[in-house]
Amino acid sequence: MRHIISILIENEAGALSRVAGLFSARAYNIESLTVAPTEDPSLSRMTIVTNGTDRIIEQIVKQLNKLIDVVKLMDLTEGPHIEREMMLIKVKAATMAQREDVKRLCDIFRGHIIDVTSSTYTIELTGAVSKLDSFIEALAEHKIIETVRSGVTGIARGEKSLHL
Amino acid sequence: MELSGAEILVQCLKDEGVEYLFGYPGGAVLHIYDALYNQEDVKHILVRHEQAATHAADGYARATGKPGVVLVTSGPGATNAVTGIATAYMDSIPMVVITGQVSTAVIGSDAFQEVDAVGITRPCVKHNFLVKDINDLAETVKKAFYVASTGRPGPVVVDVPKDITDPSIKIPYHYPDKVAMRSYQPTVKGHSGQIKRAVDLMLSAKKPMVYTGGGVVLGKGSDELRKFVRHLGFPITSTLMGLGAYPATDKQFLGMLGMHGTYEANMAMHDCDVLIAIGARFDDRVTGKIAEFCPHAQIVHIDIDPSSISKTITVDIPIVGSVPDVLQEMNHLLANSSKKPQKKALEEWWKIIDGWRSKLCMSYDRNSDKIKPQSVIEMVHEITNGNAYVTSDVGQHQMWAAQYYGFDEPNRWINSGGLGTMGFGLPAAMGVQLAYPEDTVVCVTGEGSIQMCIQELSTCLQYGLPIKIVALNNRYLGMVRQWQEFFYENRYSHSYMESLPDFVKLTESYGHVGIRIEKPEDLRAELERGFAMKDRLVFFDIVTDQTENVYPMIAQGKAHNDMHMSPYSAPAQDSERELS
Repeated sequence: MRHIISILIENEAGALSRVAGLFSARAYNIESLTVAPTEDPSLSRMTIVTNGTDRIIEQIVKQLNKLIDVVKLMDLTEGPHIEREMMLIKVKAATMAQREDVKRLCDIFRGHIIDVTSSTYTIELTGAVSKLDSFIEALAEHKIIETVRSGVTGIARGEKSLHL
Repeated sequence: MELSGAEILVQCLKDEGVEYLFGYPGGAVLHIYDALYNQEDVKHILVRHEQAATHAADGYARATGKPGVVLVTSGPGATNAVTGIATAYMDSIPMVVITGQVSTAVIGSDAFQEVDAVGITRPCVKHNFLVKDINDLAETVKKAFYVASTGRPGPVVVDVPKDITDPSIKIPYHYPDKVAMRSYQPTVKGHSGQIKRAVDLMLSAKKPMVYTGGGVVLGKGSDELRKFVRHLGFPITSTLMGLGAYPATDKQFLGMLGMHGTYEANMAMHDCDVLIAIGARFDDRVTGKIAEFCPHAQIVHIDIDPSSISKTITVDIPIVGSVPDVLQEMNHLLANSSKKPQKKALEEWWKIIDGWRSKLCMSYDRNSDKIKPQSVIEMVHEITNGNAYVTSDVGQHQMWAAQYYGFDEPNRWINSGGLGTMGFGLPAAMGVQLAYPEDTVVCVTGEGSIQMCIQELSTCLQYGLPIKIVALNNRYLGMVRQWQEFFYENRYSHSYMESLPDFVKLTESYGHVGIRIEKPEDLRAELERGFAMKDRLVFFDIVTDQTENVYPMIAQGKAHNDMHMSPYSAPAQDSERELS
């Protein structure tokens, strides 16, 4: 099953490689991994999307907790949560018809065109993984020049939170 | 007090109460060695290879319970230490390893003797640090000792660039008394509700079994364990790592379990209805076939490391906490409980166990005209009154030492159980002998393993370490040979040791005593003669039966009730068949 694990980790050199190394050494899957500092610059927030049986997920959580740099963690998928991913996608938009169609799709998906040239549009789109996937599918008739996805980040709904 | 980084490092070790520092100098640690020069509190032991420094520190830690400390230089110094660090990691041994590093200004430039020590050791340490600022040095060392020796212990590496130890840069020195880490707070006390549930289950057990591991030794839980097991009257077995926590000569002890465990221990595991696992981690050499592990049992598991729980075997009542704390609480509950263990059922259970015992699974040919390795271990036990510290290398000799020495006290049996590192025995014995200069320290080894760290005979001379090396020389890499006999139709691919050195002359050239023993009738007298040389290192080169195998044996991936038995053990009896 797919799980989203959120981690508060010491913002120190090597912390990321400890997490990445753990996953490769124990042959766990990583679908995506994002990391950036939080409002407290000594802490980073990491979001890992992984999959595995309940037993494997339990081990992943325990092994992550065992890393000395990991301060706290939470399996977001255990409760109601919001997940978001951002995508930047560069599409060929040279003819009038192409430009109109891409603009229309972009509006439907509530994306933003953030860069324009005479032959391309660059679109920013945020949403759940499935929404981004659908947008790429919707662009099937167009030529996609480049796709950049941030990987999933997430947060628990309501009062529940991951903080010190 | 203003000190340089090098002086700070040495002062930290003093403040930490470090007795011995096992190391080897080199460019990146020269400042530190200079700071070691004019002091006598921390005694430096110069090994002949960095791997031996880590094993010696490891042996010291296993015997004393205090963290072992190592100092090596950058590059090859660090990489040579990796085997020893991984060995300590697999067996959860507290150790602090200081590695020199090239100066911060040239890190990443492929400088001479540069290696990413933090990167290379990351998968085999509990934690590691790169010190980038002299102001962090003392606190980092404190953290290293704290992390290494608390919770589930393990090795910690501190990588120190050369410029951090520059003698011309001095700062005020302060060694913190305590260190708090928001991200590291190991659990000590077990959950009371779980402990109560576990005790209730134990008191209802009809065929209970206690299975203990290295965690009892590491956690200093031996006294509480003895009280616990004697109060309940349950049978107990131990992993290779846990031997000695419960006395081997006690009648409730069924011997070691697992791949080379006793018949009675493995059969009791298979048939038990309640299994109490204490400080053990359900290693594959212990469980055999996972699907058939303790098929009838409800399992209680006490361990300080949450990640050990339900890792390979799902347990019914997990208790995270330190072994002595949890057992103390259990002993208290048991002492004050109105309920008693199931006396009648236990009597029946012991009858079944005695049936298995009557198979005498540890029998071997006592009338052979060749020296039987098992007889050597038994004789060493006799000559040392069972009181020696015994280190071993890895292979058949390791199993025979574990099976036949009969350890009655914890911290006496010192071997590389998890990683299985050949070359461990002799350097580990050095660490033990330094910690206990008056005690007898025996290194049980083979002619294969001993050659992996034999250069340490030189260190032993320098520091006057009167270790007794008992080399079971069968001219084979015995365990490899055994597997080739059992599973590869006697195709002995590269397991025969040709061109062996003359170990007696070799030992003598290192300045020690060598004794070669070839006949069973000479064994006792020669061993006694060697062990009587209290202040000399003696190397016993003992020519043993080439084709002797370690029995019993559960083949990899087989169940506990599926054992290869020694041809000298008693045949199965009808009554026993019925029972099992």
